[in-house]
Amino acid sequence: MSGLPSDLVDAAIRAATPIGLAAIGELIVERSGVLNIGIEGAMCLAALASFIAASAAGPSAGLAAGAITGVIVTGLFALVVVRFRAQQVLAGTAISMLALGLSATLNHALYSTTLETPHVATLPALRIPGLAAIPVIGPAFAQPFPTYLFYGAGLGVAWFLYRTIGGLSLRAAGEDPGALRTVGKRPAAIQTAAIMASGLFAGLGGATLVVAQAGTFTDNMSAGRGFIAIAVVALGRWTPAGVILGSLLFGIASSLQFVVQASGTTIPYNLALATPYVLTLLALALLGGSRAAPASLGRSLDAPG
Amino acid sequence: MRVALPRAGVSILLVLVAVGVAAVVLNLAGFDVARVGDAAWRGAFGSTSAIVSATLKRATPLALLGIAVAVAFRAGVLNIGADGQFLAGATASVAATLFLADFPPPVVLCGGLLAGIAGGASWAALAAWLRTRFAVPEVVSTLLLNFVAANLVGYLVRGPLQEPTHSYPQSAVLPAAGRLPQLVVGERLHLGFVFAVVACVAAAWIFDRTAAGFRARAVGLNARAAESAGGVSANHVRTLALIISGGIAGVAGFGEANGVTYALYEGLSPGYGYTAIAVALLGGLRPAGVGAAAVFFGALGAGADAVQRDAGVPAEMASVVAALVILGLLMLPAGHRLVGEEGAR
Repeated sequence: MSGLPSDLVDAAIRAATPIGLAAIGELIVERSGVLNIGIEGAMCLAALASFIAASAAGPSAGLAAGAITGVIVTGLFALVVVRFRAQQVLAGTAISMLALGLSATLNHALYSTTLETPHVATLPALRIPGLAAIPVIGPAFAQPFPTYLFYGAGLGVAWFLYRTIGGLSLRAAGEDPGALRTVGKRPAAIQTAAIMASGLFAGLGGATLVVAQAGTFTDNMSAGRGFIAIAVVALGRWTPAGVILGSLLFGIASSLQFVVQASGTTIPYNLALATPYVLTLLALALLGGSRAAPASLGRSLDAPG
Repeated sequence: MRVALPRAGVSILLVLVAVGVAAVVLNLAGFDVARVGDAAWRGAFGSTSAIVSATLKRATPLALLGIAVAVAFRAGVLNIGADGQFLAGATASVAATLFLADFPPPVVLCGGLLAGIAGGASWAALAAWLRTRFAVPEVVSTLLLNFVAANLVGYLVRGPLQEPTHSYPQSAVLPAAGRLPQLVVGERLHLGFVFAVVACVAAAWIFDRTAAGFRARAVGLNARAAESAGGVSANHVRTLALIISGGIAGVAGFGEANGVTYALYEGLSPGYGYTAIAVALLGGLRPAGVGAAAVFFGALGAGADAVQRDAGVPAEMASVVAALVILGLLMLPAGHRLVGEEGAR
């Protein structure tokens, strides 16, 4: 990795994609009134599933396996949080602990006997004709499929949230589930669907780490990206455009680590690693904390149904 | 927003179910469950040395962190940053101990302890300040501060606090004067265990017998009622509870650095701060229960370490059991109102 501007653009876009995919899912679930901290674990277990499927049937199968695993992990979260109305933050923390522990155990059970780290083929970069040839920002248009999926999903979710009845109901579940119930809709069903969607995107984000980037699996592969995605949603003021910008900000912050390494400056690596977290806290403080959050975020429904 | 505060029988049943599910998972993953169980039992309870040097040694930070979490939760503050506060406390303790190295042992140890409390409390105060001044929810800030703390430790042990030869990513080894005395000769259980017992007793006394404890519980149960009927400032109580919680976590960091590792390094906490949430909930947020739950999770951790050595199962399997316990508890019919509406965000 050199310090060329076009390499930095490439690194920033690559770093933004897994976080951005997870953040799109978290945006959906938080707009429905549920705070899902379990996506960190869902990402990690999905990354392992993606690696297993990719070694058997190629990177596309890996992407699908990641998405399915994400949905399964958050399905358990949905059961505990919607059916049993459990405290969401604690349930999410437990789901993350569970999935992280399982991924480490299964990884060890499956691959501890192999001597060298196994690798899988990764998804090819898809060059958009014309755009990919632009100097400096060209690499942003020569990315593997999940990157385009992220920006496409951002647009799709924006359309869904603000232009469809389903999106209106989902936002209503996050603001005032009681009012939604009086018009004959079922907030519990909407939240369950939203939780599954967050698992789908977290799974895609975890799979992206394997089949579009590293080509292998390591323990704790998600490395806090799910938690960063949650911060990105708050940073983006709970809007799709904000989430995309927030993810890019993170991508840029992460790519600056490469500048630090490449330039041999005196900024220590570990301080560079802490930067995204500090930046998020600063941005949250300056943007007014949780004041733009859905009114009912984090509260359990008063009644089932 | 309610959680169940389980009775002892329910807790034990839940633990058995969680261990059973973990055994099924291990079986499906192709491990010899009988061998794993045997290794775990021997590692946790197989000998006096296993009980004292492994189980109780490991239960010590978990009990202190469990009390720290319980104090915050009781007052309605979702502090999930015990891990970061533990590291901040350990870092401050090590720095102070090395700085005071030439003084007599009591001075060094008291300095280390006070620095640990101050380190943990200030890390928590940062989150409290972010909420009161900027409306950043504790859930987000304490979680993010865990990662900041872990990376800061990584920086310090390669920078200002690195050992004199600059070869290893760890601090200098603490001088004998800065090491907590062992409780049993030849075993690794240290004075920090006494701190943990004292913390349990003191927390029980404060919650049940003092006005401050009553105010904290009132705010945790219903902040609005406590403010209108009791004239209590919920904001003030929550801030104080979070800072005290951080201070207790700092004591745990001091105990681990000055009693077990005698140095600061990355990975000082194998997720103690997260396991502590399971400890606090399994103990029903009651100090005696938290102490008992800490011994269980200490044994689980000791057993998992032994299993990793003897049967090749990753020690992370212990966190699977902890996670199942939390999920099980959250699914019980809930009685205790844990966190006020605004506290969840």
